[in-house]
Amino acid sequence: MYEQFKARAVGVGAEVHRVGTCSDAVEFVLSFLKQEGVTDTAGSYAVWAKGPFLEAAGQESLAGIPGLGFEVTRERAAQAKVGISDMSFAVADTGSLVQDQAAPDQRLASALTGIHIALVPSANIVADKAALFARINPKNSRYIAFITGPSRTADIERVLTIGVHGPERLIILFVDELGGEKK
Amino acid sequence: MKQEFKASIKRALNDANLTGALGKFSEAYKVNRTKAYEGIDFEELRGRIAEAKSAAACHLDEVAETFRKNAEALGAKVFLTSDPEEVKQYILKVARDNGVKNVVKSKSMATEEIHLNKALVEQGISVAETDLGEWIIQLAGQTPSHMVMPAIHMTKEEVADIFSKEVNERLDTDIPRLVKVARNELRPKFLEADMGISGGNIAVAETGSIVLVTNEGNARLVTTLPRIHVALIGVEKLVEKFETVVPILDALPRSATAQLLTSYVSIITGPTQNDDGSTKELHIILMDNQRTQMAKDPKFKQALQCIRCGSCLNVCPIFRLVGGHVFGKVYTGGIGTILTAWFDELKKSEEIQGLCIQCGNCTQVCPGKLDIPEMIMEIRRRLVLEKGQPLVQKAIFSVVNNRKLFHGMLRAASVAGKPFTSGKFIRHLPLFLSELTDGRSLPAIAEKPFRDLYAGIQQPKGKEKAVFYAGCLIDFAYPETGVALVKLLNKAGIEVVFPEEQTCCGAPALYSGAYEVAAQNAADNITALLEQDAQYVVSACPTCTVALAHDFAKTLEAVGRTEWLDKAKQLAEKTVDLATLVKHLVDEGRLSFQEGAELGKITYHDSCHLKRTLKVSEQPRELLQQAGYQVEEMFECDMCCGMGGSYSMKLPEISAPILKRKLKNIKETGAPLVAMDCPGCVLQISGGFDQDGAAVRVKHTAELLAERLKD
Repeated sequence: MYEQFKARAVGVGAEVHRVGTCSDAVEFVLSFLKQEGVTDTAGSYAVWAKGPFLEAAGQESLAGIPGLGFEVTRERAAQAKVGISDMSFAVADTGSLVQDQAAPDQRLASALTGIHIALVPSANIVADKAALFARINPKNSRYIAFITGPSRTADIERVLTIGVHGPERLIILFVDELGGEKK
Repeated sequence: MKQEFKASIKRALNDANLTGALGKFSEAYKVNRTKAYEGIDFEELRGRIAEAKSAAACHLDEVAETFRKNAEALGAKVFLTSDPEEVKQYILKVARDNGVKNVVKSKSMATEEIHLNKALVEQGISVAETDLGEWIIQLAGQTPSHMVMPAIHMTKEEVADIFSKEVNERLDTDIPRLVKVARNELRPKFLEADMGISGGNIAVAETGSIVLVTNEGNARLVTTLPRIHVALIGVEKLVEKFETVVPILDALPRSATAQLLTSYVSIITGPTQNDDGSTKELHIILMDNQRTQMAKDPKFKQALQCIRCGSCLNVCPIFRLVGGHVFGKVYTGGIGTILTAWFDELKKSEEIQGLCIQCGNCTQVCPGKLDIPEMIMEIRRRLVLEKGQPLVQKAIFSVVNNRKLFHGMLRAASVAGKPFTSGKFIRHLPLFLSELTDGRSLPAIAEKPFRDLYAGIQQPKGKEKAVFYAGCLIDFAYPETGVALVKLLNKAGIEVVFPEEQTCCGAPALYSGAYEVAAQNAADNITALLEQDAQYVVSACPTCTVALAHDFAKTLEAVGRTEWLDKAKQLAEKTVDLATLVKHLVDEGRLSFQEGAELGKITYHDSCHLKRTLKVSEQPRELLQQAGYQVEEMFECDMCCGMGGSYSMKLPEISAPILKRKLKNIKETGAPLVAMDCPGCVLQISGGFDQDGAAVRVKHTAELLAERLKD
């Protein structure tokens, strides 16, 4: 299902990667932030929304990275180049990510930033919406968000253009250690 | 008014950008949509959607009440009203109570429906549309021309001009750059807004959830950043169960824009926290505005199954030519015509309903299983009931209801027309008669109608008999098609009987909304055709076949002549189109064609009624191949040729470019011959080639097959 997911997600413009451990994931993210020139100036921040990944990997180990913050305020997110957040599920047949985003910082980190890095437990790939709906429940999740590729529009002359109000890039990182077999 | 409407059509047709952009889009859409639905059983999917939405529409009050109860239990405020004025007052009050100065909106057709922006602006509240297309038309002071792609009618040059004014800087036409400008301009508006207004694609009663489907990401910001969220949702968006979200999400993006899923889908269930820790104020307004009335109307109840994907617009040959603005102010296209008649008033649909050519393209793709052409016919009928028939039409139809007089006039037209038949571009009968009254060119009527030729045909007397229903066009303009039909059936040992009393099938009257006339036609024909004890009633005109097999009963029922229904059913059961019958006879080995012939390339045009109502498309192709032709498919083989009966006469400015496109597609196959199974299409397409000058022969399949029969 991972291969199917990857093909579908890449098909709608997402970038898909997979690592084994949480520390591999941290390494991936940090080198990415460096590469993108994330710094302590407005417009170049990175925000990392609290969630299962930070709990598992330990936020302390990430202290002192220039430009990276864990307090996701609207001001900070609006000035952020990169937003990092968790996703609960990946849906293989449409290449979609799904997450309970009732906490607004999860939404801000994935909606206002220029690049969104989504961390997903490898074990939580489901086949399709029907399989997904067996595992989500609106009674427990007040804001269920589906994300399929980066933000897009075709409102001017039907020309597909990426990144209107949401991120221009969606980078999906599957992490085996968060749940799921080793690679 | 009439003039104004015609002028708006002319303007649209002369807008090269509009027709170019829409034409390109609808051609690409067809291919992309097919791809998006690969591996999905569309019939099964739309069956589930139609069933779930229809079930909700059956008891809207209860479903809305369940929604209210569940959403309120979570802390949302739910307001249910039938009155658009109350919607505006409610939103204004929420705004006043909270000192709202700035509103950001995510695209919502329901707010367009009630002209909400105007009401807010009048109260000094600034409103920003944030969907790119909506923002463009807001800045341009226009209305949406498509419910999914509101600014599809505009060029990048126009958008650059509009944005340049907005940012006080000369912008060029680079589209990604223009999109960036929109992002930069709208970003502060999102951050400053006190109220976000959205629509809702689905409202789930069971859980009190609303579902928002978008691509740009603006709905996420509208529902996240402002401390108040107001969702305005038409009650037709209600479904009972959470599980119904799945089929709707499967169909909506695929049908709307040929995507597997949009970039974003948000399922919101009760208020969430704001980023300052306070709880969001969530108001959900369920708006009725005539929808319950529609649900109670047996003919229009199905309209509530619509999921607003806009695919009926994307495949409409008329919409692709004229765009949305000709159709009216808010909802456009086929579904828009119906919604305008209900949400606005019946009278407002008087002109736009005439745009529908009844080709049925939309019925094939609708994920809610709506029969839009049928509902538009019903609008026509009600308009006629309300206003009466126009005088000229009334005069014509009074002739049509008197077979002897009608046929007498057709014969007279043949004689009277003779000196004038230079152009062969004749019109669908019997409405050509109105041209007589207009003093315009006369149609080319055959010297001898089929009914006169019939008497001279020697036939084998067999046990098996088929009644031939010729229809006006074959009888009086193309008798050779009738002769070919007799030859084909005789060869298989079937005797063809031709009841003299048969008359017009009533389709012209029916399609004009004159149901009483059509019902009388139906009754006369039922009597004439059932008099003979025959196994089949066969026709070589799909419009007539549809009349006999589907419309007679419905028409008679609509005017309350229920005593005819049994007989109408009997007739319907015997009725068959010629291609299906011949294919059957060939398969049974009762008919065969000369062997070893290689007749070269031929292309086949699917007639709307044959392909979509009667579901016949393979049979004629197989027969032509068996007869020795090599079938070369044309692009958009099943797209309407622009005939549409009297349509080509009422709206020639639309019919002509549709025909032109058809001719081009035929020519591009390189085949010297095009076959079709409808005399109306023969008339339209041969008339077109007559003007065009291309050496393409146009033939009814019956004639081509009859030529190739084994001796």
